[in-house]
Order: sequence, then structure tokens, then C-alpha cells
Amino acid sequence: MKLKQLEGYLGEVASFKEPKVQLEQYPTTAHLASRMLYTAETAYGDIGDKAVVDLGCGCGMLSIAAAMMGASSVVGIDIDTDALAVAQDNLGALEVEDVVELMRADLCHRPTDGSSLELSQQLLAGMRAKFDTAVLNPPFGTKPGNKGIDVVFLQAACLMARDAVYSLHKSSTREHLIKKVQSWGYKCEVLAELKFDVPMMYKFHKKKAVDVEVDLLRIVLREAL
Amino acid sequence: MRLITHNMLKCHVKNCKEPDKQFPLQFKDAKLEQIEAERNNEFLVRMLPRIDWPALLKTTKELGIIIPEKVPANPADDDEFLQALHTAILEMHVKEGSMVCNGCGHEYKITKGIPNMLLAEHEI
Repeated sequence: MKLKQLEGYLGEVASFKEPKVQLEQYPTTAHLASRMLYTAETAYGDIGDKAVVDLGCGCGMLSIAAAMMGASSVVGIDIDTDALAVAQDNLGALEVEDVVELMRADLCHRPTDGSSLELSQQLLAGMRAKFDTAVLNPPFGTKPGNKGIDVVFLQAACLMARDAVYSLHKSSTREHLIKKVQSWGYKCEVLAELKFDVPMMYKFHKKKAVDVEVDLLRIVLREAL
Repeated sequence: MRLITHNMLKCHVKNCKEPDKQFPLQFKDAKLEQIEAERNNEFLVRMLPRIDWPALLKTTKELGIIIPEKVPANPADDDEFLQALHTAILEMHVKEGSMVCNGCGHEYKITKGIPNMLLAEHEI
């Protein structure tokens, strides 16, 4: 599949009906998703014939893109039932129900004493290294109470996948994240700097649309540092 | 919810302390639907070592899906085995019902094919 063709199909993916600010639900654009999955497949061969997991799948954009780039099996995981309902409709509309399935789960353990977020170790116990590739556009962790959630999502991705992780992050967090990933023993590279077009979705948005600089990170799990 | 994914799910309720009974989760009132998918032999063979075969066998028996008791010595050359495996783990979808933990009895509901693995605060 050509990049333009993929982006065109992904333009049909419906977005959040009522996005929830606490969950940092910003839709992954067709532009970003197509470039991310196209690169993962054409440059690295990490999607075709692979088992892929999409963490924080929202409306299913990355899951659908993975299916279109030839993944053999995709699991999209999200905490929000409304987003998953939209995702389910999208799977039907884009005809990828045979390859993609969805699951509702919380990857984070949120301690009630207000201490920082942790990985849901118990939930992930059976899912370790069951996938080849993880793709994600995680919450950036900019809302109160969400601090560090981007790192927890990355950690989950590194546990669940065997080969590689592709993830989108605010460019301003680049050094912090690369250090984190290296401390887990993996190589992390910035594949591209992209613009994340965030439309005016929430009341606190004053400008009509803002471009947020994002990095497409690739973590190589196959080779230890 | 397909069986390839069900095969990865363990009960994760905080006070559920019987590791032998947390897996596999047992289907209850499962409504099955088969969605045809393209078979990829290389993929199936590669996934085999990641599958807990006894758990898959137990679950397929409960659902009335037939797979061989044992993985053949050369699965890559066994067309019949690969077709049965493909249908069981990738084509059969549990659309409604629930998955019950045999340890603590927690029920994970499945609605429109989506399992709900979220727990209430006191269960985490």
C-alpha cells in the first residue's frame, strides 16, 4: 500500500464524539498514523505478518493503520468505553474486524494515596512478550494526576512487545524519555519530528488550532544496549 | 474477544491469591461468532510457542471448538492442524458473555466483543 493511499483510507476513521480532557483524548490524525505505520513497515518490516498491540488505542486509528499495513493480528487497548465504541464502529467501517480486536483495561495502577502512577503489573502478567510490535500515541501526561503516564505506557509497550515499539511523544520530553528507555536497557531513536495538529476541542483551548511538536520514537527490543 | 488474546488473560483482582485458578478465565454464557480471516501459516507457527496449549485446549473444549489434543511434531507441515488452530485462535470471536475467575469468582464481562478488564477501586 502506498502512503497516500493509506492516509486516504485513514481519513475515514471517525473520532471521539465527546473527548475527555482528563484522559487527554487528542485524536491521532490520519497524517501522523499513516506516516508512523508506513515507516514501521517499509523501513523496518515491523508490521506485516506481525502480532501488534496498540496501547491507549482511542478510536482505533493506529490499530486500523497496522491492519492496513498487513499485521496478522492487532489488539487495541483503552480504558474508555465511549472511545472503544467508536473504535468498534471504525473496525466495521474500515473492514478490519477480521484482524483487529479491542479490550477495555487500565494499564496504570493509580495509588489512592496520591503517589505517582505505576504499571498494572498484575494485568500485564500474562501479556509479557506476547506481541511482536507495540504502537502507541499515549497520553502525554500534561494533566494533573497524569504525571508520568507517558512513561508507564512506554514501559507497558516494552514488556508486551518482543521486537520494537513505535510511540509518539512531545518533543520537549525527548531527552527525559530517551534516558528512561536507556535505563531499561534498550536503544531508543527519534525517527521523525512531526507536527501534531491539535484542533480546538476543549474549553481551555484559546487558539483555534495549535501545532504541537511530536517525536516518533522507535525502541529496539531485539538488541540489548 | 478472540482466543489468542484470551490465552494471555489472568485474573488480576488484588485479593485473588490462587495462582493455579487465575488462568485460564472460564467463559460463561459465551455467544460465538466466526469471522473469516486470511490464514498465515508462518504467523501461526511463530505464535505457537507463545500459546499456553493446555489452557487453550481447556477453553476450546468448553466452547465446543475442536483442536487437536497435542501440537504435532512438525506443525508447519500439518495443514489440518494449522487450519484448526487458525479457526480457534483467530476466527472465533466471543461477542457476548463473561469470563469468570475460578479462584475468586470475579466476572469480566464481554460486551459487543470487548472484554472489560477494568476493576473497581477495592479490587485493585
